[in-house]
Amino acid sequence: MGRLNDMTVTATSLSEITRSDAALRTFLHGLPGVDAVGADARAAMLSTRSIKTTAKAYAIDLAIRMVDLTTLEGADTPGKVRALCAKAQRPDPTAPDCPAVAAVCVYPSMVATAAEELAGSGVHIASVATAFPSGQAPLSVKLDDTKAAVAAGADEIDMVINRGAFLSGRYMEVYDEIVAIKEACGSAHLKVILETGELGTYDNVRRASWIGMLGGGDFIKTSTGKVQPAATLPVTLIMLEAVRDMMELTGRQVGVKPAGGIRTSKDAIRYLVMVNETVGDRWLDPDWFRFGASTLLNDLLMQRSKMATGRYAGPDYVTLD
Amino acid sequence: MAFEYAPAPESRSIVDIQPAYGLFINGEFVDSVDGQSFKTINPASEEVLADIVDAGPTDVDRAVAAARHAYERVWGRMPGAQRAKYLYRIARIIAERSRELAVLESIDNGKPIRESRDVDIPLVSAHFFYYAGWADKLDHAGFGPHPKPIGVAGQVIPWNFPLLMLAWKIAPALACGNTVVLKPAETTPLTALAFAEICQQADLPPGVVNIITGAGDTGRDLVNHRDVDKVAFTGSTEVGRAIAKSVAGTDKRVTLELGGKAANIIFDDAPIDQAVEGIVNGIFFNQGHVCCAGSRLLVQESIQDEVLTSLKRRMARLRVGDPLDKNTDIGAINSAAQLARIRELSEIGSAEGADAWSPPCDLPQRGFWFAPTIFTGVSQAHRIAREEIFGPVLSILTFRTPAEAVEKANNTPYGLSAGVWTEKGSRILAIADKLRAGVVWANTFNKFDPTSPFGGYKESGYGREGGRQGLEAYLAH
Repeated sequence: MGRLNDMTVTATSLSEITRSDAALRTFLHGLPGVDAVGADARAAMLSTRSIKTTAKAYAIDLAIRMVDLTTLEGADTPGKVRALCAKAQRPDPTAPDCPAVAAVCVYPSMVATAAEELAGSGVHIASVATAFPSGQAPLSVKLDDTKAAVAAGADEIDMVINRGAFLSGRYMEVYDEIVAIKEACGSAHLKVILETGELGTYDNVRRASWIGMLGGGDFIKTSTGKVQPAATLPVTLIMLEAVRDMMELTGRQVGVKPAGGIRTSKDAIRYLVMVNETVGDRWLDPDWFRFGASTLLNDLLMQRSKMATGRYAGPDYVTLD
Repeated sequence: MAFEYAPAPESRSIVDIQPAYGLFINGEFVDSVDGQSFKTINPASEEVLADIVDAGPTDVDRAVAAARHAYERVWGRMPGAQRAKYLYRIARIIAERSRELAVLESIDNGKPIRESRDVDIPLVSAHFFYYAGWADKLDHAGFGPHPKPIGVAGQVIPWNFPLLMLAWKIAPALACGNTVVLKPAETTPLTALAFAEICQQADLPPGVVNIITGAGDTGRDLVNHRDVDKVAFTGSTEVGRAIAKSVAGTDKRVTLELGGKAANIIFDDAPIDQAVEGIVNGIFFNQGHVCCAGSRLLVQESIQDEVLTSLKRRMARLRVGDPLDKNTDIGAINSAAQLARIRELSEIGSAEGADAWSPPCDLPQRGFWFAPTIFTGVSQAHRIAREEIFGPVLSILTFRTPAEAVEKANNTPYGLSAGVWTEKGSRILAIADKLRAGVVWANTFNKFDPTSPFGGYKESGYGREGGRQGLEAYLAH
């Protein structure tokens, strides 16, 4: 009962899963378990892939295009956000062929500034919302937070799930909240942050991934970046397997965004290898895979220029933000 | 646009393969007295690598005499703490030269560099470290107050894990105070000869380790030699049986590690994604050239479609090709003879009515290659479910109840290993208890460690290698 292959591929059967707390629980607890040792071993094995020359150049440009360039600090100011937006559009001013990043990710109060800077650029405006990062606020506040960000010009919302409800087994509450936020998003894309560093087990990561997808998330995202551990390869593997299974079951594609702790090109390439060998080409696109990162971009730019010139320019030759 | 991995070849320049090798007897490389010669080739390209001696009876005699002399005069009477120093030194040199040894192993054997680098060579070094630690503690190993070495060990090893099998044989023998004459397989002699160099580098007293190359006749001469006290063999059940016959009626001690046809059992409550990895690792690791390979998949009928879909999807990602490419998952079949055997049994599988499936993959033109293959619709009566194929070929059978799984798993003349996949701890214990196999892996497969004993039930052989138990075969008590 509840196993993937037992379900028929219809919208009705999906809504059956979420018709009651009991049905949702039965489904989530019926998902195949995750053997942690095995999942870690698979992630470690994929990390040994050696990506060189043309493959590396392809991966670096793809990774740049997938970056959600992020600043989520209490100290953020409009000036800082404007600088970030300039960098997002032209990450390497000396290399006109360097692609722009996917999005800029900021707090709701900074969305208007970002929207002004990025108008017409093709770079998306993502805003965290729903009382990020803890999510510990009444639903009405979370909804207002979301609506305000969308109204200010955000076309992507990164929400956090209610981990307290999840860990105490109130799955329906988590689900209902995602559905409500999705509605508040209107046409904006919704990324559902699972905060895997607080979920404790890979089984929980798989279950939370399914709640996020069932609730209407366009993306599932690992972390806020404010909790350690943030994104890890094994956690991302479990989430990729979840979106793969969702796709097979319903034909609906959901994106994945690891965020936090991804700092080097080598890290980013490991994630891309994992995407490639777990879900394949269809996800190797900024529409379906993103990196939530702030310092990663500069390392990608340094590696890019090294591949083009054969020399390391050093950190003084890339802009701080 | 697809993410194509550019070639990432490991450099060959680190290895120095000589055009011809002698025999390693009494601490020196010497010419053969009465042997012939043959060539060892790279199975991935059929390139000739070196001329190797096919040692004759006089050569074997000299090697055994050198081992006897070293045993009587030096090694057999040396305090354990002293022997340990040499073994630690060997372990360290192996670790230091690990990249070179990994490249050499992949060139001579055909296995992917990822495996020789990440599995074989680290385990070789670990095995020497582990048994070095036992050398001065044998009085406390549980084999009597003052266990003694046996004498001269004649050891014959296979081609699937050349240097690792050498380590499994030599490390415990030396730790216990025995001296050895070892014959590597004829298709994979190069790392054993590199090990001979390492013995010189470690200043191991002459004659303690002797390496003689050759084929079946050389092995027979060694095993039958009257001055060999202990025979250790890893290889086919057929040859193992012949060895058991030939030593019957002598006072030689024997351990045999032979073939297998392991069941890998997937219950319906298994962690499916990891189980699929385990299936792949169980049968496609080292091109399936593994005596404990999980070559019979027993999957619970209620999840067979789900498992099969996942397995095929995963197999489509396997990268078959140049063993020295760091991204290769499956390398070359070790020899033309082995390739012929795999082809023959696969054809028999199809002829008997099972359905073969392989992912699309471009196999290189030269060298010996076989695409990873699974057979569905296999029954216990099919030859591919009974005989050891020793290649990347998996037979898939189904079961309905735990009792049926156990019955089918045990329904084989072999009993080397088995795997159990379930999230239910009580089921792991209950099933493992009923499986007649020397090693049972739970929610993993093909995991090795020097501290863990390894060996077979039934026609998979007798004696244990590894762990404290592995000392017993080399101690008189």
